[in-house]
Amino acid sequence: MRDEAWLRGLTEARVSRRTVLRGVGAGAGLLTLSAILSACGIRGSIAAQSQEKVDWTKYWASHKKTGQLDFANWPLYIDEDHGKSPSLELFTKETGIQVDYQPVIQNNAPFYATVSPELRAHEATGYDIVVMTNGWELTEMINNGFVAELDHSRLPNFAKYAAASVKSPNYDPGNKHSLVWQTGLTGIAYDSRQITRPITSFDDLLDPAFKGHVGMMNDNTELGSAGLLALGIDPATSTPADWKKAAGWLRKQSPNVSGYYDQSYIDKLQNGDTWITQAWSGDVFQAIAGGHKHLKFVTPKEGQMIWHDNMMIPRQAEHPVDALEWMNFYYTPKVAAMVEDWVNYVCPVPAAKAYIKNQLDDPDVANSPLIFPDSSIDTASHNFYVYKNYDEYQLWNDTFNPIIES
Amino acid sequence: MTQTTTARIATLKSSVPVENARQRKRPLLPLFFWIVTGITMVPILVMILYSFNNTPTSRITFSWSGFTLYWYENLTQVDGLGQAFLVSVEVAVLSALVSVALGTPLAMALERHRFLARGPLSGVVFADIAAPSIVVGAASLSFFLSSNIPTGFGTILLVHVAFNIAYVVVVLRARLSGMGHALEDAAADLGATPFAAFWRVTFPLLIPGMLAGGLLSLAMSIDDYVITSFVAGPTVTFPLFVYGAAKVGLPPQVLCFGTIIFVVGVVIAVLNGILTRRLPVAPVVDVEAPLPE
Amino acid sequence: MTAIQATAPAASPTPGPAAPVRDGARKRWWLRHTTPYLLSLAGGAWLVILFIIPLVSGLVVSLETGNPDDGYTFTWNWGVYGSLFVNSDVSYLTFFLRSLGYGVSATLLTIVIGYPMAYFIAFRVSARWKNTLLLLVLISFLVSFVIRTDMWAFLLSDQGPVLTALRWAHLASKDFHILGTPGAVIGGIVYNDLAFMVLPIYAVLERLDARLLEAASDLYANRPQVFLRTVLPLSRSGIFAGVLLVFIDAVGDPVNASLLGGTHTYVIGQAIQDAYLTNQQYNVAAALSTVLMVVLGIILFAYARIAGTENIEDLV
Repeated sequence: MRDEAWLRGLTEARVSRRTVLRGVGAGAGLLTLSAILSACGIRGSIAAQSQEKVDWTKYWASHKKTGQLDFANWPLYIDEDHGKSPSLELFTKETGIQVDYQPVIQNNAPFYATVSPELRAHEATGYDIVVMTNGWELTEMINNGFVAELDHSRLPNFAKYAAASVKSPNYDPGNKHSLVWQTGLTGIAYDSRQITRPITSFDDLLDPAFKGHVGMMNDNTELGSAGLLALGIDPATSTPADWKKAAGWLRKQSPNVSGYYDQSYIDKLQNGDTWITQAWSGDVFQAIAGGHKHLKFVTPKEGQMIWHDNMMIPRQAEHPVDALEWMNFYYTPKVAAMVEDWVNYVCPVPAAKAYIKNQLDDPDVANSPLIFPDSSIDTASHNFYVYKNYDEYQLWNDTFNPIIES
Repeated sequence: MTQTTTARIATLKSSVPVENARQRKRPLLPLFFWIVTGITMVPILVMILYSFNNTPTSRITFSWSGFTLYWYENLTQVDGLGQAFLVSVEVAVLSALVSVALGTPLAMALERHRFLARGPLSGVVFADIAAPSIVVGAASLSFFLSSNIPTGFGTILLVHVAFNIAYVVVVLRARLSGMGHALEDAAADLGATPFAAFWRVTFPLLIPGMLAGGLLSLAMSIDDYVITSFVAGPTVTFPLFVYGAAKVGLPPQVLCFGTIIFVVGVVIAVLNGILTRRLPVAPVVDVEAPLPE
Repeated sequence: MTAIQATAPAASPTPGPAAPVRDGARKRWWLRHTTPYLLSLAGGAWLVILFIIPLVSGLVVSLETGNPDDGYTFTWNWGVYGSLFVNSDVSYLTFFLRSLGYGVSATLLTIVIGYPMAYFIAFRVSARWKNTLLLLVLISFLVSFVIRTDMWAFLLSDQGPVLTALRWAHLASKDFHILGTPGAVIGGIVYNDLAFMVLPIYAVLERLDARLLEAASDLYANRPQVFLRTVLPLSRSGIFAGVLLVFIDAVGDPVNASLLGGTHTYVIGQAIQDAYLTNQQYNVAAALSTVLMVVLGIILFAYARIAGTENIEDLV
């Protein structure tokens, strides 16, 4: 006679109330999860664009001066005297607007990635002025309606004093959304104590004598453009096939490179870790003025990149009128000269040259062709490539990011 | 005979180190310890030293240019540093308070009760501690992006509380399990309701644990970089500020802040050590141990 | 709790009508069963909503497709995981393996350095000084770890004090550099995580009964044998706890690699950060993060098995 208990064990289902409850719970959970998932997604910038057209006259009429300005900028980009900025102090004195200056922008892409969730959600970013280089992120911000249209009736100084090269640039016709803060040059900087021979070309970055002491930028726009220039290709007219060739050159250079740096390239150059590096002109001049007299900035014979950093007002800014006041205040020979004398990039106000020479008594800066250039700069300088759509931008990224992330 | 054996066992049980007698002939281990400890202190000493360096460029440099208190006098000169520090302190204090408030009942439930959700909840708390910061930060950002919650001070606080609760729970569970049921049982024997037993017996005993958990949360929150970098958005906390500022050269004021925090921490730790040594400690009654003869 | 239930009925006078006693019993039953849920409600809910759900959300985002312009929509795109490793422009597999390698090296180094330190404090120091020495080990944590790592980057730079001294003493060639090497990154991780190894080992060693060591030497063990066959096995749980903490932290850490590293030290933590915070490729970023989580989870459970416990929580 078989053991009844054994038979029972074989034939009875091992389902208890607990297991059924668990199964039902799990099933319900999965169903709700799937329902939620199908509704999930991250809103894109285009989708976040508000559909209604903004009446800009009403916008500017509805905002008033508040006495506070939150100004986000790049580091080393405003005059500095023991931690205070004389130009900002002058602004506060003459208009009564307190400025909270935040040099938080280390590079375009990371900064844009930081503020885009806010921008897409139409929330205030906490900044009234942001400074972005002409390029993908700037175009995005303009096209997606993230930045306000400027009221030029309150910007008379811009019309009066701005250089022709910064009026109505191709990335922002009519200066509808942006005003140039500084124009800059990307060339090569080197430490003349470690490198005694003259540096003239991108090929010098390949020199094995400098192995392990070459710095390059991790901004892939700059890096890719450097690769293109090294091969004699004008970045503005390059094709994806050219990009691949540039990536090849950069890969060839890679064993020489000690690192792909963001703004920290200047720290590495100053403390001697790198001897030669891609560099932004003003940073190098500031380093020289700050005591590192052995550093030199050169325009390679293949050319240098020229770009504009532009002030823009995010649409949800809390103090847009104060931002406009600063923009107008800046575009005068005196203030632009105060800033330029320190920052040493390319000045958007030509009349500042006389001010620097006479009032500030700084002929080195006033006469420098890299700060107040003449027309010869156009032959040596090249613009970044302008992407036609996101897929091209993605292709550029996919071509050059693997070199940085290796 | 018995007395000497008892005495010997007593000597062994005390925390007299076993190898005391031969210590002087084997300096290798102490040497190793002091060398390593010295190396760990090197960056701190460098930080303290260079916070007094009179650099001409208002960024730290290697060369020593003379002693100065200028950077201490002008701590807030650097744009954004004071603000970042305040934000960090605010987030740390708030998250410590909230996480202690939420974590204490959770620890009590997990330690003192047996219920269906206990296993899963314990697992969640463990996972919270064990999870790498990068995964937590990345997941939190995905969550906020998907829910259209703009990142900023609020999201930093939410996420900091989330990981601090786990630390508070772990500390308190350890305290609770070490405490045992004896005192609460005694209170019940004397007619206390469960709530009264908790409020008048358990809670006062828990306060040091809550304080410890709170301080731990404070420390973890103020020093957090990785998770905060994902969910901070435009808000800048102190570690985020330092990370960014180092790219163009650290301003000496950052070192001053670090030195001040360090000194304050050392003073608190030393005071704590002195106090715990001087004050009489209430003995915890071990009801299982046999009464002394 | 049983004590309370045992005493309460005894405390009440002779049993009155049935209804009040039953109500009281039901009320107590209800209280006993819901109290833990009520207590854990707030904390548990916070953890579930802001820790568990984000982890799920990470998985969900990884399965979405799109770009920052058009937005991301959920499409069950399991292919993203394949695309990370097969024919990928950026070699994420290399970064994973590299991170695991750094993690293993850092963990081994912290054991080698941290164990003697814990042993020293536990056995070679009188009780008066134990807390003070422990404090010394921990005291560097009072300074923000970004500042500490920055200080190392400052000290170890090519023209910094350390290398200048080494070159002056002819111990280093002109080309020798520390920053930018995997060694610097691993050293940074070891430096930052040393206390995570010292503390658990110390806690275990401290609880060790000294009589066992005495007994071992009574049984003719010499000093190395006492250590290898008595102390080491008994401190296993401390080592395991330390390994857990250090390894997990080391594999995912982006800070040491970015501050102390150079080219060819790019780790998975940096890749995840860049994917979210520079390239806005949210699906790829979330996929990387999920893979990291799963890989670490698998390693953890395998590790728990080796350590001989079903429940990994027992290790900590």
